[in-house]
Amino acid sequence: MQYKLPLFPEQASTVAGPVDGLYLFLVLITTFFSLLVGLLILFFAIKYKRRPGHEAEQIHGSTLLEIIWTVIPLGISMVIFVWGAALYFHERRPPANALEVYGIGKQWMWKFEHPSGQREINALHVPMGRPVRVTMISQDVIHSFFVPAFRVKQDVLPNRYVDVWFEATKPGTYHLFCSQYCGTKHSAMIGEVTVMKPDDYAAWLVGGKVDGSLASEGEKLFQELGCITCHRADSGARGPNLTGLYGRPVRLNDGRTVIADNNYIRESILNPNIKIVSGFQPIMPTFQGVVSEEGLIQLVKYIETLSLQQGEPLNNRTSPSEIRDNEVPNIQDQMKQQNAAPQPLPGKKP
Amino acid sequence: MSTATQPASQLVMPAKHYLNDNYGIRSWLLTKDHKRIAVLYLFSITFFFFVGGLFAAMIRLELLTPAGDLFTSDTYNKLFTMHGINMIFFFLIPSVPAVLGNFLVPLMIGAKDLAFPKINLLSWYIFIVGALFSLATMVTGGVDTGWTFYTPLSSGFVKTHVILMAVGILTAGFSSIFTGLNFIVTVHRMRAPGLTWGRLPLFIWANYAASLIMILGTPVLAITLILLALERGFHIGIFDPKLGGDPVLFQHMFWFYSHPAVYIMILPGMGVISEIVTCFSRKRVFGYSFVAFSSIAIAVFGFVVWAHHMFVAGISTYSAMVFSLLSFAVAIPSAVKVFNWTATMYKGSVSFETPMLYAFGFIGLFTIGGLTGLFLASLGLDIHIHDTYFVIAHFHYVMVGGMVMAYLGGLHFWWPKITGRMYPEGWAKLAALITFIGFNLTFFPQFILGYMGMPRRYHAYPEEFQVLNVLSTAGASILAVGFILPLIYFLYSMRFGEIAGPNPWQATGLEWETSSPPPTHNFEETPIVTEEPYHYGADREVTVVP
Repeated sequence: MQYKLPLFPEQASTVAGPVDGLYLFLVLITTFFSLLVGLLILFFAIKYKRRPGHEAEQIHGSTLLEIIWTVIPLGISMVIFVWGAALYFHERRPPANALEVYGIGKQWMWKFEHPSGQREINALHVPMGRPVRVTMISQDVIHSFFVPAFRVKQDVLPNRYVDVWFEATKPGTYHLFCSQYCGTKHSAMIGEVTVMKPDDYAAWLVGGKVDGSLASEGEKLFQELGCITCHRADSGARGPNLTGLYGRPVRLNDGRTVIADNNYIRESILNPNIKIVSGFQPIMPTFQGVVSEEGLIQLVKYIETLSLQQGEPLNNRTSPSEIRDNEVPNIQDQMKQQNAAPQPLPGKKP
Repeated sequence: MSTATQPASQLVMPAKHYLNDNYGIRSWLLTKDHKRIAVLYLFSITFFFFVGGLFAAMIRLELLTPAGDLFTSDTYNKLFTMHGINMIFFFLIPSVPAVLGNFLVPLMIGAKDLAFPKINLLSWYIFIVGALFSLATMVTGGVDTGWTFYTPLSSGFVKTHVILMAVGILTAGFSSIFTGLNFIVTVHRMRAPGLTWGRLPLFIWANYAASLIMILGTPVLAITLILLALERGFHIGIFDPKLGGDPVLFQHMFWFYSHPAVYIMILPGMGVISEIVTCFSRKRVFGYSFVAFSSIAIAVFGFVVWAHHMFVAGISTYSAMVFSLLSFAVAIPSAVKVFNWTATMYKGSVSFETPMLYAFGFIGLFTIGGLTGLFLASLGLDIHIHDTYFVIAHFHYVMVGGMVMAYLGGLHFWWPKITGRMYPEGWAKLAALITFIGFNLTFFPQFILGYMGMPRRYHAYPEEFQVLNVLSTAGASILAVGFILPLIYFLYSMRFGEIAGPNPWQATGLEWETSSPPPTHNFEETPIVTEEPYHYGADREVTVVP
């Protein structure tokens, strides 16, 4: 047990200083007004203490004073609002060049995956001096990613990807807490974030044992699950071509346009019939319970890399009539067969 | 230090009053007298206050050491859940309205009873049924979702009696809807002749505003809990993504009630403080209409700030900004109240009886509680302190430092009216002082803990947080003494206290113009009001019914 009494957590990110600045400003405001009210009460209590021969002077109020003590606090609070909102805006907008890391929260551990394939449990290694964006999802209940030294926090939801970003400024090891109550071992859902100098980080990246990058694992899954059967580049494909899809607007058959981001792709794998791409039929089966959250991240990452290649533009057909019913493969039947007796996917439908 | 003008020896209890009008258990359990119902509520919520306090004591004991060594994690999780549920739904929400409000609303407006006396009794029974569900949950193993019941944890993961507890809270909610309805109709329809809206005591304005929230907000809580029970019991997908639901929807619905609910808790307390500060300063309240309308403003703005509990929950950046802006706006009427109470003391004739000490405590601690709310409303800062001990400290400064202080102040202030007897002033001042010291020692370190990054609802914590946790636990043991003392001397004074007389504080207000304790029908004759409220001063005529 240590007997020093620190008042601040360590400042180890670019936003830690500005957040502490706003905090100190508010501590100042709070101290000022608490003292003002407290001292006035003390002063009035002593000065106007009840004594014989002294009557209270009846005062009805003062509109001027009411205006003053409405407008001044309003003005101060607007300053705090703008200051806080500006910080929030900054913290909610990850820089485009941020290093990508993926995180999965589950009862009761944190799992992290780096794009090059390194995996960690309850630990996260990041380089110093470079923005890092953690894209996260929960496998069960709501968790929250909280690193006090970075002054960042983000609830991790079970139904969609959320992200948090930070730029570490100081090498060291810092607490990672789950701050959203998540059941029995909530207080044991903790880990460590290790900030490394860029060289050390590079060494760490090559030092670990790795199966394959997220995208290459995703490509394998893409083959194994038979996605490739329909999502092809040729004009006769039954599903939209995924090359060049990531990050682009997609027109749906109800006329809406959505951006093909992580959440859209994940949703389209798990609940394919919620948003149908214009010109296609709602024929894709759900992969709910078939692909794990890790697998989904790998697939999303693979689809993302497809758009990095010089691909053709999004292949949206104009007329749905080009698809005939007998063209529709029953992928789930195929998968059942596959599970029963492992065999290579049939090139043509049975 | 009684301010009574009559020598104590001349004071006698009235021969007939509401407490001795009838005897026997039936006369209490079937009473339609708002004063007796208030006493029934008083005993019920006192029980829950000490049960909730017992859970708090166990939490503080566990947190004395960093390791989770006193209870298992599951037990600890149940402790903080039950502490929250007990204190919020079965103590804080009914505290001032159901006890002091029930007793005082008819008396203060010169009415014989509330508009619907039978519904008033029904509301107590419904409260008791809800409380029995809650007790049943506790004795059969409790619930471990946190008082916020966040989904999908509560609907699909924990294995405790969530539905039973939800039914209990849902039921108790109807009791507060009935109370609110009763107050609103009573204030509209049953004011004594001459008691215009501009002459209403501020306690009435505050309870009126709280009643508006009760009847508009509580149904949303009921709907939310029913949906939660449907999902948990019948797997109807509303909040759980595995069933096609949206977990953040639950948070929106829950906080749509539960944020205004903190104003249900604090507004009546503010009303109490307005009564006490004027009485012990012997002065008209400074800026009556500003204090009155700030209550209504809080009730209205309070409904549009709920998402400030969700700034890191995945809501859009722009909606977060709107909710942050509105949260700052709701702070202004509270600040106006604090300034007006302070100004009321200016050029007054101030004395320091126990209720006034609690009022001082309220104003100071509520100011800190309110200002630390600005930290949480501020978006960039909330990212860091959300779900940490900073929130716990802020909430307890408002709810214990503010609300419980106001409730205790009010209880001391009107105790002579309720029982006809005085509490022992010396002991009461000591208790107020102990409460103030114990409170600050318990909760001030938690602000620092929160900024240091200690998350809330942690059974075990890293070692560097221990010093502050030990301070907090030490404070809690002092605070406990401050709360147990009044329990003892109030019970003692019911039989042995000095006889109070109708108006021991020489206060204005219709409730002081009838005998203490009041007769069952409150007033021998319907009072006629000809003056503004808080008409303290030399020209005041005190009419006292012997």
